[in-house]
Amino acid sequence: MNAEDIRKDFPTLDQEVNGHPLVYLDNGATSQRPRTVIDEIKRFYEEDNSNVHRSVHTLGERATLLYEGAREKVADFIGAPSPRGLIFTKSATEALNLVAYAWGRHHLAPGDEVLISEMEHHSNIVSWQLACQDTGATIKAIPVDVDEGILELDKLDGLLSNRTKVVAITHVSNVLGTINPISEISARAHEVGAVVVCDGAQAAPHIPVNVVELGCDFYVGTGHKMCGPTGIGFVWGKEEILEEMNPFHGGGEMILDVWMDRATYNELPYKFEAGTPPIAAAIGLGVAIDYLNDIGMKAVHDHEVELGKYAMQRIGEISGIKIFGPTDADRKGGLVSFNFEEIHAHDVGTILDTLGIAVRAGHHCAKPLMRKLGVPATTRASFYIYNTKGEVDRLHDGLLQVQKTMQGGLGL
Amino acid sequence: MSLEELYKEVILDHYRSPRNKGTLSEADIELHRDNPLCGDEIDLYVDIEDGKIAGVSFDGKGCSISQASISMMTEKLMGMSQEDAEGLANTFKGMMQGEDPQDEDSLGDLVALKGVQKYPVRIKCALLGWNTFLEGLKNYREKHGEPA
Repeated sequence: MNAEDIRKDFPTLDQEVNGHPLVYLDNGATSQRPRTVIDEIKRFYEEDNSNVHRSVHTLGERATLLYEGAREKVADFIGAPSPRGLIFTKSATEALNLVAYAWGRHHLAPGDEVLISEMEHHSNIVSWQLACQDTGATIKAIPVDVDEGILELDKLDGLLSNRTKVVAITHVSNVLGTINPISEISARAHEVGAVVVCDGAQAAPHIPVNVVELGCDFYVGTGHKMCGPTGIGFVWGKEEILEEMNPFHGGGEMILDVWMDRATYNELPYKFEAGTPPIAAAIGLGVAIDYLNDIGMKAVHDHEVELGKYAMQRIGEISGIKIFGPTDADRKGGLVSFNFEEIHAHDVGTILDTLGIAVRAGHHCAKPLMRKLGVPATTRASFYIYNTKGEVDRLHDGLLQVQKTMQGGLGL
Repeated sequence: MSLEELYKEVILDHYRSPRNKGTLSEADIELHRDNPLCGDEIDLYVDIEDGKIAGVSFDGKGCSISQASISMMTEKLMGMSQEDAEGLANTFKGMMQGEDPQDEDSLGDLVALKGVQKYPVRIKCALLGWNTFLEGLKNYREKHGEPA
């Protein structure tokens, strides 16, 4: 793959910010969208717009075919055995809440435990806290080895027991970039009969994913971090588990029949898709997946590993910077989190912005991990298919400027 | 916005060499506040004598905007009457929220922070010290039976 060619497909990247060509390194927050995705959303609204699964007319059928086609693309993309287990949501957050609500509230009881990790995004912490509050279950967490930036899996045996009903772990950390060994965790969780929920929001956009190989029971993702629109996410679940679950939301589409005092529910996956879904967004996500498949996810990951390596090398050249997470770029997704010892991440982020460089500075919706790292915030540069080594050099030079500005030239 | 417009020399000077940093042993106002989202922190100490601010100091850590704004605030507040100090705090808050200050002269060097307006997420950094002061002043007046 050639990042310079890929860049041309992304209209947003072709602009100046504060007088400098934009360097967009905030892909962990959201990626940019290729023109094919933008065009398809516009085309859908101009030519095929209709509701799905209801209308017998031609536009309705077109919309339904496109929407269900997108479902098949997402299912294939993550190696799901069938699109029947693939439920569209509005986000990865909603997907995690769906599992915590529709599965968690009916399966957890006092004395039960939910095992998460210290590197989870708030959405995979708070959704389980809410489920625990309603059921009397409690949360435990696999600790993070701060120096290595990995989960302390040697502690897993001590944490897992027959009380463990759910193991909910991120596939790739949004702060550290760590790729967690989900298949190993799944196997050990299944030995005690726990259900495994994997948060793939930061993984599916960047590395090849196969839910069967991962061995998880639920896999969650979002469209907007993988070239797709906002407002569309998904959860894949094993069909036998989804079949016996209660619905998440009540409404149209999710029912078979309704009386005043009861209802019967639709088959999978519609049982979990109450109301009119984000049709155009789902179709846009399907086109985004076509785009990523054309490049190939192995090539995407290789490109990001190369950029990650180069970024850690260049950022590491600067005095007074601490890099968080695994030092081995092969073991992580394409992102680097770091801090100047003496400069607040928000100053770093704002000064880089004045130089046209977009990074994330903050707690990354992972406050327990920030506390463990002993920092209020970090600066994160997260890469994607269109980023180049030249942009990493711009980041390096920008960081030197940050140091010069904040320390008055000291340390250079 | 350019780097120089936002990170003006006066801001960086206060950030690198904060004024009135430390504790006051017998403060009438003593208040800790933080911005949980970004980790800026302040402990503010104000000594009030005969209705005037006789001493003010702070301890804190955080980004340059929060710390410089607090440092500049302590310089301005020293010697002011409570009413003038409150008025200044509200003028400054108004400026950060996009109002054109009626009396820009009263703000002095604080005008340097105007550029932060363009960065909505950073405005709360610039306001941390001032909101802490206003809250502390309100508490002080309630305790001493003066109208809030």
